[in-house]
Amino acid sequence: MAFRNGTDSWVVVMFFMIVVILFPLGVGPEPDILNKISSGVIWVAALLSAMLSMDRLFHVDYDDGSLELLVLHPQPLEFIVLAKVLAHWLTTGLPLIIVSPLLAIFLNMDISSYFVLIITLFLGTPTLSLIGSIGAALILGARRSGALLSLIILPLFIPVLIFGVSAVEASILGVSSKPQLLILGGLFLLSSALCPIASAASLRQAIE
Amino acid sequence: MDVFSGESLTCIRGDRVVFTNLNFSIEEGEVLNLQGPNGSGKSTLLRLMAGLISPLEGKLIWNGSEVQIQERDFCIYFHYVGHQDAIKNALTVEENLRFWSDLRSLGQNESMIKRALDTFSLTDLSSLPARFLSAGQRKRLNLTRLCTTTARLWILDEPANSLDKESSEILNDLIKVHQKDGGILAIATHDIVMPGHKILNITDFSNTKNFKDLNDE
Repeated sequence: MAFRNGTDSWVVVMFFMIVVILFPLGVGPEPDILNKISSGVIWVAALLSAMLSMDRLFHVDYDDGSLELLVLHPQPLEFIVLAKVLAHWLTTGLPLIIVSPLLAIFLNMDISSYFVLIITLFLGTPTLSLIGSIGAALILGARRSGALLSLIILPLFIPVLIFGVSAVEASILGVSSKPQLLILGGLFLLSSALCPIASAASLRQAIE
Repeated sequence: MDVFSGESLTCIRGDRVVFTNLNFSIEEGEVLNLQGPNGSGKSTLLRLMAGLISPLEGKLIWNGSEVQIQERDFCIYFHYVGHQDAIKNALTVEENLRFWSDLRSLGQNESMIKRALDTFSLTDLSSLPARFLSAGQRKRLNLTRLCTTTARLWILDEPANSLDKESSEILNDLIKVHQKDGGILAIATHDIVMPGHKILNITDFSNTKNFKDLNDE
């Protein structure tokens, strides 16, 4: 699956870090405020950086004609989409999770809520990649595709954002965050079943 | 015996009817050469044969049974070479070929890969990243896939574009070998016309009406 250039994922991780670092500078260095907004900031930044890399998911293949060969592959296109999404997550989602402890310290996050944050990111970022693949497949061939992509998929990211943030919030307040985590898990399972089908269908459409 | 045919195919692109009632049939060892001016629908017909687009009417038949576009079984029988070369810039020449043959689970047959690169004299370039290749070299790399495929049916869309004379001749030889082995070939080209090719002129089936008029009839 050595599909892509290494620079892509660096750019995404750096973008993620810079967005998060901007917040303490903008909001001011009070530890209490930072602690309060930390989960929201990290999640929104994760969302935006997932967006940033999303349009490259199928675009390169579409441009150089590889997509035609993939569509003509005897394997169902849905599996190929799933493989691409997995590759996308490994190169962008996973690095985000790896650098997030650093940023959590930066935002004065508690250790206990930090663990919950990691779990939500593990459940949430693959979901983002999956949902994003639909948008990435739909925008193929469109002009101004980057802006269009964010209009299509950012609204779909909202449920993940809500439950991701509220799980961390619950743990900051000292309540169990199990319900939110279960819902996030459910969203992940649902999207991993449905998104490849939708993406594959729109890829076929894009090829025509 | 392998037979690939199409019956009363009609295809529209946007509002325009590209061709109507088109029939073709290719048998083992035969070459179907599509002729017609630019924009007459040669590529459209080839993409239709490859199942990349679906016809409005008519059907494709492989060995007596109708080809279902959604079914993936048919894909193992043919190899399609389109306008674009499907080459990853970040990978080397050899990796590009290997990746593709892995994808089609043709296995890592060392001698086969070597022979394929040798055919189009790409051996010296095999460790060069593909981004440094010229248009003709990219085309050659694309065509090396023909040497590794086991497909019975080749669908080639202007394969000789941007090839030099020498490489065109190599391609000609490949086609002849494929013919001799009982392969089937559908090709759209302006350059390679050989005796014994079946000629299909797309303009014979072109239709000046647009889609709305066709519906009214």
